[in-house]
Amino acid sequence: MSSQPRAPKSRSPKAPRPNWVSTRNPCKACAPLGAALVMRGIEGALPFLHGSQGCATYMRRYLISHFREPMDIATSGFSEATTIFGGEANLRQGLDNVTSQYHPSLIGIATTCLTETIGEDMHGMLHEYRALPGEESDPLLVHVSTPSYSGTHIDGFNDSVRAVVEQLAQAGETPSAYLNTFVNVFPGMVSSEDLRWVKEVCADFGLPATLFPDYSETLDGPSMEIYKKIPEGGTPLAALRATPSAKASIEFGRTIRHKRTAASFLQERFEVPAKRIGMPIGINESDIFFAAMEKISGRKTPEKYTRERGRLVDAYVDGHKYLFGKRALVIGDEDMAVGLASFLAETGVLPVLCASGGKSGAFARSIAEVTTHLREPAIVREGVDFMTIAEELALKELKPDFVIGSSKAAKLARELGVPLIRVGFPIHDRIGGQRILHLGYRGAQQLFDLVVNTLLEVKQDSNLIGYSYL
Amino acid sequence: MGDILRERERQVYRKGAEQPFQLDCEKQSVAGSVSQRACVFCGSRVVLYPIADALHIVHGPIGCASYTWDIRGALSSGPELHRLSFSTDLQEMDVVQGGEKKLYAGLCELIDAHQPKAAFVYATCIVGVIGDDVEAVCKRVSMEKGIPVLPVHSEGFKGTKKDGYRAACDALLKLAGTGPTEGITPHSINILGDFNLAGETWMIRDYYKRMGVEVVSCITGDGRVDEIRCAHGAALNVVQCSGSMTHLAKTLKEKYGTPFIRVSYFGVEDMSKSLYDVARHFKDKEMMKRTQAMVREELERIMPQLADYKRALEGKRAAIYVGGAFKAFSLVAALRHLGMTTVMVGSQTGNKDDYEQLRELCDEGTIIADDSNPLELSSFLEEKDVDVFIGGVKERPIAYKLGIGFCDHNHERKEALAGFEGMLNFAKEVYSSVLSPVWRLTPRKRGNSLEVVR
Repeated sequence: MSSQPRAPKSRSPKAPRPNWVSTRNPCKACAPLGAALVMRGIEGALPFLHGSQGCATYMRRYLISHFREPMDIATSGFSEATTIFGGEANLRQGLDNVTSQYHPSLIGIATTCLTETIGEDMHGMLHEYRALPGEESDPLLVHVSTPSYSGTHIDGFNDSVRAVVEQLAQAGETPSAYLNTFVNVFPGMVSSEDLRWVKEVCADFGLPATLFPDYSETLDGPSMEIYKKIPEGGTPLAALRATPSAKASIEFGRTIRHKRTAASFLQERFEVPAKRIGMPIGINESDIFFAAMEKISGRKTPEKYTRERGRLVDAYVDGHKYLFGKRALVIGDEDMAVGLASFLAETGVLPVLCASGGKSGAFARSIAEVTTHLREPAIVREGVDFMTIAEELALKELKPDFVIGSSKAAKLARELGVPLIRVGFPIHDRIGGQRILHLGYRGAQQLFDLVVNTLLEVKQDSNLIGYSYL
Repeated sequence: MGDILRERERQVYRKGAEQPFQLDCEKQSVAGSVSQRACVFCGSRVVLYPIADALHIVHGPIGCASYTWDIRGALSSGPELHRLSFSTDLQEMDVVQGGEKKLYAGLCELIDAHQPKAAFVYATCIVGVIGDDVEAVCKRVSMEKGIPVLPVHSEGFKGTKKDGYRAACDALLKLAGTGPTEGITPHSINILGDFNLAGETWMIRDYYKRMGVEVVSCITGDGRVDEIRCAHGAALNVVQCSGSMTHLAKTLKEKYGTPFIRVSYFGVEDMSKSLYDVARHFKDKEMMKRTQAMVREELERIMPQLADYKRALEGKRAAIYVGGAFKAFSLVAALRHLGMTTVMVGSQTGNKDDYEQLRELCDEGTIIADDSNPLELSSFLEEKDVDVFIGGVKERPIAYKLGIGFCDHNHERKEALAGFEGMLNFAKEVYSSVLSPVWRLTPRKRGNSLEVVR
């Protein structure tokens, strides 16, 4: 066996049918949704959509159904007249009302397809609004352009992370004692539990961290006696201002490495070294993360994590026969799907088809990078919808044993007659999507147990005896 | 009242206050108020959604289609085309060059693949801006494919959800009147404004069947294109959810002379009254006897259990925030039937008459709100020390975060709450939430003390 496994060429055989013009059962949401989620991850901030009333309400409902938490998104509420004459008056009234009702520290304003299409001059309008006489306590305003006709919720998410950092970052604002003492972590769109895990790891390494966005508390908070207008938690504004003074930035996501992101901006503009790695799902990708943490902190990985890793390897051994050669359909946001494919491949599962509604242009390459030793390279599809996936599965007779992905895959899994392992976003038909831990050895342990047990359950249910020992 | 925006002060009323009754409503939502309302598109989409053998394609960028995929609990006894999500998924170049070609091609391929009985094309915000001639594309495809292809003018910014209801009714009016009416009996109705959530239409249809009433079409629960085409042949339109369906009923009356009555299938009193009203309309003594016998039978079946629930729920306080005010009337009555008091009630789209009627129905001190928002609603829940909040998915986390019970009475629900059986389900759901032991552990009931309370 070659000691240097080479990445197999990604297989991209022709699509199963002439390309469909329409999108049928979409695998994506629109960009402003990602923006709203990022803004909810800033301390004291309120998301605001410049557009029609419905956008905010639909996205609230979509996010509430996943997080099961209050999710207020304000809007300028366009009418017919606003659309003809421009939205400045509505924008101003909206910002005034949000300020007087919520007293936010920051209002994160995202555009929608409507306001992008009519060509609203957000920069100019916000510039003039800021110049109006105001109070000391007036909120900061950040703006991100998220036309829904371009990209997906993930693009909206990543663009918003960059926009906020670009607009708030200030060199020289950090007291010298803190210079180069901390790390920026841009984790991408992960669960609230994942965010808590990142914070825990950084704390255990003794490395102060600016995690952005941080909706670990704002979208998974405790029961309350008095309603909080804006839930506690989120990345503090001071920390966002200080991002240029960090020792380094860590950014998760193999498919966004060629893009302009928050980490690339800080590197180019302020020479903050950027460590851009895959989402740490499974052992291999987590190892890369822990190696980066060791390098940046100058400390060895705490024993707590090496022991977690050891237990995980032990579990992989215990369960390897149940998984070897099993065929998985992986559906999800690209960076999450890459991590899942990496994890599955290292346990012996064949990710036969990896599909995403996102279209970074780097999905196939990234999957190939993390699944080098597969006997049968995964077919990779970006920018697809669920019906196209179903057609490709049937045409190629891929016969997956299970599906892993968001709850939107439930219909497809049901048609295939195989279990769906719910991960990522959104999870609208189960409780606790925000508490799924995907990241690190611990996350992989939970995923591993879940995958094995799901397959054992199928085995037990589908035989006549229903074995007591498996 | 510190949480109420100045612009909204006249949209909140407390019964028994000094000032004469006045409640502003039917207004565009105030910018920045975080209204619970959606948009014109939403209004159209929810009304037409349950038509199961039609193709529903959303013309616009992907969001509107994603957020409404399989969103309602509207069941079908046959085809399930309505549960799929189709969109033209407009991209940047389409916005620049126009989306007509894409819409044409998308419609053709989907009609070929799924052979629907009709197609609804929902225009979203930017379609109204980039100037696509949706009407012309629909006409062309209709000619080529030989099925009705109906544009729904639902650009989100062109009004409120109510305008979306109207746009949906306008599309339906192009279908009604195009089918045969031979053989429809004199004692026939259309069920308007029931959406077959959790099979509710089936229960209602069964009541009518037992009464001897023929149901020509249900608009739109478990809806079928061919039935809607024959809707003008029915002798009576029975309208629930009047906010969405009155326009359709009125136009059918103007065009075909079909009379209509308003009903509600929620709660024991309203349910019984609705059936009696229909029987009374047909002036058929035998039918009235059958109806009385059926109502009696149904009531005998559920009353003992309802009484049990009432004993447990007596004196509890409820808040209601729903889409249409008409449903709120029935809910106030149904809650009263369970011994409960409604201390706050509001709706997204009620009109002056609705709120006047609500005021008459409610006890002193009740808060009535139009087009409310999370900050107001949470303050009402706190102030009134509410035991259960009745609303939809967007209201749920407000209640739960404060440690307050909740009952989903919106279009996503999976429990049938209409009809006699539905009243029992409603009581059971309210009971299951209010009587849950989990509230005892919440900060609202016991602070954050670690003292054991069982």
